[in-house]
Amino acid sequence: MYDGWKVIIGIIIFLGIATFPFLYDLGKAAPPPIEPKIDTPEIQKMVEKKCVESKSFMKTEHMVLLDKWRDWYVREGRQIYTADDGKQYNISLCNTCMKCHSNKKDFCDKCHNYAAVTPYCWDCHIEPKEGNQT
Amino acid sequence: MLEAALKGSRRYWGLVIILSAIIGLGFISYLRQFSYGLGITGMSRDVSWGFYIGQFTFLVGVAAAAVMVVLPYYLHNYKKFARITVIAEFLAIPSVLMCMLFIFVDMGQPLRVLNVILHPTPNSVMFFDMIVLSFYLMLNLLVGWTVLSAERKGTPPPTWIKPFIYWAIAWAPSIHIVTAFLYSGIPGRHLWLSAIMGARFLASAFAAGPSLIIILCFILRRYTKFDPGKEAIQSLGKIVTYAMILNVLFLGFEIFTAFYSTIPGHMHPFVYLYSGLEGHGKLVPIMWFSSILAVVSLFILIIPQIRRNEKALGVAAVSVFISLWLDKGFGLIVGGFVPNMFERVFEYWPTTPELLITLGVWGVGFLVLTILYKVATTIKEEVILDKYGEKQVKTR
Amino acid sequence: MSINRRQFLKIAGASAVMGLGGIAAIDVLRPGQFEAAQLSRNPKALVGKRWGMVIDMKRLDKETMQKCIDACHRIHNVPHFDNPKDEVKWIWPETYGHAFPGQESKYTSEEIENMPFLLLCNQCDNPACVRVCPTKATFKREDGIVMMDMHRCIGCRFCMAACPFGARSFNWRDPRPFIKEENREYPTRMKGVVEKCTFCYERLAEGLMPACVEESNGALIFGDLDDPNSEIRKVLQAHYTIRRKSELGTEPSVYYII
Repeated sequence: MYDGWKVIIGIIIFLGIATFPFLYDLGKAAPPPIEPKIDTPEIQKMVEKKCVESKSFMKTEHMVLLDKWRDWYVREGRQIYTADDGKQYNISLCNTCMKCHSNKKDFCDKCHNYAAVTPYCWDCHIEPKEGNQT
Repeated sequence: MLEAALKGSRRYWGLVIILSAIIGLGFISYLRQFSYGLGITGMSRDVSWGFYIGQFTFLVGVAAAAVMVVLPYYLHNYKKFARITVIAEFLAIPSVLMCMLFIFVDMGQPLRVLNVILHPTPNSVMFFDMIVLSFYLMLNLLVGWTVLSAERKGTPPPTWIKPFIYWAIAWAPSIHIVTAFLYSGIPGRHLWLSAIMGARFLASAFAAGPSLIIILCFILRRYTKFDPGKEAIQSLGKIVTYAMILNVLFLGFEIFTAFYSTIPGHMHPFVYLYSGLEGHGKLVPIMWFSSILAVVSLFILIIPQIRRNEKALGVAAVSVFISLWLDKGFGLIVGGFVPNMFERVFEYWPTTPELLITLGVWGVGFLVLTILYKVATTIKEEVILDKYGEKQVKTR
Repeated sequence: MSINRRQFLKIAGASAVMGLGGIAAIDVLRPGQFEAAQLSRNPKALVGKRWGMVIDMKRLDKETMQKCIDACHRIHNVPHFDNPKDEVKWIWPETYGHAFPGQESKYTSEEIENMPFLLLCNQCDNPACVRVCPTKATFKREDGIVMMDMHRCIGCRFCMAACPFGARSFNWRDPRPFIKEENREYPTRMKGVVEKCTFCYERLAEGLMPACVEESNGALIFGDLDDPNSEIRKVLQAHYTIRRKSELGTEPSVYYII
């Protein structure tokens, strides 16, 4: 390589600039979000507190489930989803999911804000009414 | 080769800065449109396509017109066009770019544009339009760049480029035919539901595009050392003449069919455009101005002694370009929506943000054109002699 | 190793394409997590092969018509704009000459000239809007309803240009501030998508008639055009009906008894 040392020094400077955001915040990470609250009145009324699928599944796959749900409902005209445990649910964000999880700010937004994710669902699907929301 | 665009006179950089400022203004306007919605334009429930789609329609024609230089040279060995094939191809690139940008700014949900590729729909003409435009852009980039590099090295272009050139020649009319099909397959709108739309689009494309090439050739000759050649420009003039005659003839055919058959659906859009309907006539002065310019340009173009005068030819080229820009870019699109499907008249006029965004997109096109032409002319000036041993540069 | 700039760029470009292509391929070919058996229809749902409507103008008066319009626009969160340019409507009144352009004459009776025709999406059997949509955001369902997928619509408005009936509206701006009373059971739309009547597919799924049909006091007859024993077919046999612009071949499913 011609000018080999210049290239190596250049690469080191580049790596420094590229990793600067991470190095700057080393040890200063924001605390992980408080576990999203599932103590809504509707959930408390439930005898067996179960979501459509298991908690671990929902944690990792709820966006996939919702993506598939919206295509099944709108494009294929299927209204009922049979979960892994055999229970049946109406496919609807607002009328199924949000009926139990009516505390969007303490549930959905907690993790979404932390991960800087802004799903555009709420542009159309009306957010559930909360006490401090108009 | 791109480094040729980084060195230039003050005039060059002045042009780049002015165009960048126009682009910046357009971009800021677009941000406002992105946050408010397309309601910031003059479009409405009845006239749901306006200036943006009009500009797109017109520019697809300009982009296709590169074929009018490329075809005679590559298929029929017309030597006079040897120097300007790259000039024509380098006009097609920013034209297609502008087309795509105009479609982008016209979309209600532009971030979802990839849905067209993720969910291909062969029965939709718009899907085909996106495919053919993308391919045409890549073809022109490939062909123009390869031919120019070959010229710079002083060698003939590599043989593998020939199939791509033939592909580009066949593709060029197709991009404009597909765009015509956007309109001529719509069942309810009688201004558009005509087989002659395809032919009309091609004729106006081959009149407007070469006119722009003529104008650009004059500009290049004045401001750079590159000389496109007197005969090349005159040949382009002849192409514009015949294309413009056909275009005006086709419009006449449409008017005859509408008014001899006296079918109201066919007549009403023309009445709206040229005389006003139910007291609404915003477009009437524009359409008549376009027609007058067309007549003036035909007068200059048809009489050979006048056409041979380069100043007159320049005036004719400008007239043809503006006339067709008004007719195709504004009249045809808006006219298709008036009267609406209930035979009511709702007019359309672009708003200021809409015009600023339009200017911004034109700015992007002209900036890309400037850069590409800077590269092309710098190389041609260095090379001096073309493939046939004739000087490409001015002898002054 | 000596490598010149061009070769380096070629290798970098090829690696990028292969890397991205590889990721995409894995995404596409990965086995799915859900099975078709997990889906089913609501047992209460009304099922049909080709939903259609007959509007009996003899039984429709201005008040009933307004009730139909208000019901539809209310339950579907249709916004109301003052500026006519931004208008969004799923169902609306028109006079004879404008509902059936091409049919009007100088000597039509005044009664018919002033009849308040109720216009909506004709849910055509051969819809031009579906033909032109580049993303299949508007598509024809198995039951004949021309549906809107708001998640996929890119807002190109080709469907609006193609519809010969002016049935489609575009959200030129955010509709939420202009919705009089929100129905929380049904989503709104956002700016930048096209919307229209969808024959109350969500009510049909619950076994209910479309909202306008319910409010119409029998003036609107809804049913399966494909079922020879349905009420709508009997009505069509018993009366002369016209459709809007039927000569265009889109096969509208909305019929009018004058």
